Amino acid sequence: MVKVEFLGPIQKPSVELDASTLKEVSNILKQDSELTSWLENCAVAVNDTLTSSLDIELKDGDKISLLPPVCGG
Amino acid sequence: MLELHKGSLDVPTILQKWYEEEAKSNYGAYIPFVGTVRSEDNIDGLSFDLYEPILKSWFNAWQAKAKEKGAKLKMAHSEGDVLLHESSYIAAVFSPKRRVALEMIDEFVEDFKASAPIWKYDLREGKRIYALERSTEIKGSGLLS
Repeated sequence: MVKVEFLGPIQKPSVELDASTLKEVSNILKQDSELTSWLENCAVAVNDTLTSSLDIELKDGDKISLLPPVCGG
Repeated sequence: MLELHKGSLDVPTILQKWYEEEAKSNYGAYIPFVGTVRSEDNIDGLSFDLYEPILKSWFNAWQAKAKEKGAKLKMAHSEGDVLLHESSYIAAVFSPKRRVALEMIDEFVEDFKASAPIWKYDLREGKRIYALERSTEIKGSGLLS
């Protein structure tokens, strides 16, 4: 199982998913209509490192974070 | 050095502390940037969420970049509510010569706005409203869509 956490304004509790790639995570999260716009504008981190590839292989216990658009300062 | 504070920043104290920390480090330039919450669009203030693990790694990467040029970065940011005319953000560069510091403070603050995992909310009538229209998508966003 991997854990998906939704940061900042998404206001959604984290979920545990049975997925072995980010592509699978994407397919599962797309089924939640509340997440549609967030999936379009969020960056993704695996174990606190930002990633740009859907092909990353996930292992049990990995943490996936969704980071919405930012505005510090 | 990255400092995270609950609520607004005590600007004089932080700037003085940083000055004293580096007063004998032989830096020729100390360039601070102080961000202050302005009164606009009838907001009562701003509020911030941040994600510390990625914020720290982002900052550490910048610190390494500064070190290559003989410079040092310091940054303080607020978490939670910051009211009008208070400060939520201070960044500073110390460097042997002014040119490196002047250029780096510009690049650092711009990348901070585009990449640091911090989320801003307007405070209105006790509610926090996410400032989506003023926010920037982190590079690579939309991967899961």
